[in-house]
Amino acid sequence: MITARKLSRRFGDKRVLEGVDLDVPRGGFVLVTGPNGSGKTTLLRLCAGLAAPSGGELEVNAPRETIGFLAHEPLVYRELTALENLDLYGRLYRIPERRERCGAMLERFGLWDARNERAGTFSRGMLQRLALCRTFLHEPDLLLLDEPFDGLDAEGAELLQQELVARSRCTALVATHDPDALAARATGRLALA
Amino acid sequence: MSRYAADVTALARKDLLLELRSRDTLPAMLLFVVSALAVFHFALPSGSSARAETGLLWIAIVFTALLGLTRAFSAEREQGLLDGLVLAPCDRSAIWLGKTIGVTAFLVLAEIVALPAFALFFHPLSWELVAAVALADLGIAAIGTLLAAIAAASRARELLLPLLFLPLAIPVVIGGVGASVGSNPASFLGFLGLYDAVFAILSWASFEYVVTE
Repeated sequence: MITARKLSRRFGDKRVLEGVDLDVPRGGFVLVTGPNGSGKTTLLRLCAGLAAPSGGELEVNAPRETIGFLAHEPLVYRELTALENLDLYGRLYRIPERRERCGAMLERFGLWDARNERAGTFSRGMLQRLALCRTFLHEPDLLLLDEPFDGLDAEGAELLQQELVARSRCTALVATHDPDALAARATGRLALA
Repeated sequence: MSRYAADVTALARKDLLLELRSRDTLPAMLLFVVSALAVFHFALPSGSSARAETGLLWIAIVFTALLGLTRAFSAEREQGLLDGLVLAPCDRSAIWLGKTIGVTAFLVLAEIVALPAFALFFHPLSWELVAAVALADLGIAAIGTLLAAIAAASRARELLLPLLFLPLAIPVVIGGVGASVGSNPASFLGFLGLYDAVFAILSWASFEYVVTE
């Protein structure tokens, strides 16, 4: 589903990614590891189409509407409630039975009771849960997850593990500093230097 | 088309809701435009020409718009939200159009206060002036939203937006003053309509390239 050959990305004179080869087959679950600044986030942004490569080849066989992208930022409006945020994305992704789906996602990640609270009042962990709801809302086929356990407590991490197990048919590229948490699910690894 | 309209509606509704909650932009625009007109009222010598008075109104409108445009993408910029919108499977121009509708709404609301204030401080409003302001709002919002998106991606955004926007606002001032006090307002209103059409099409077509690499 994702193929990269000698992929590189530079910001001015600074090399962020250089000569990366990557194969993520359909249904594959590949972990991307590496120290800070090694280009994990940049690789995910390239795969999401949010940035263009400086060199090499990148092929992602997934239309935009089938990509679930979890970024460092939760990508939710702080002045909108949890439900309003999901409703906005639900409209843009044209999700059938949108309201029911938004409610189900909030329940699944333990945010139902906070559905009418503004995202700006959420803790870091709650924001991450809301970001996960947004990521999975439209039933994506390709998951691009950047540090998915970031900020989650033990219960939140368990809910995410359950969600990933339930989505075993999804293809995933996951940047993480904690590969052990996803080792059982992983079909491949890419170590960036 | 109905899907496009639904996307635009959802995005514009979101911007209006955000402003209703945060009240960041509109109160500042209202305060600025009324203050500017009050300052002009006391600074301008008595017996000044209608052209001079109307010119000052247009300066106030352009800078009020600039104030609103500076905040147009603040939520998206500060929270990286443009990525989320760009990834959604809607046409990227819908993001521009939704934002343009929001900017236009704020401008119209500011002028609902500014125009009576102008009539109070200077001289009565003419239908040509009101029509020119309405047409100018569309053009200012159309090109301003595109430029605000360009500036939002830059580190020097507070500097870049006025540098990009003010030269492109000069035709609006020329058209607005000409339509308000000129001898042939219809031609200036036509000029403003043409400005709106050209920059709306240009902005609509090029927004995708602004928000993606």
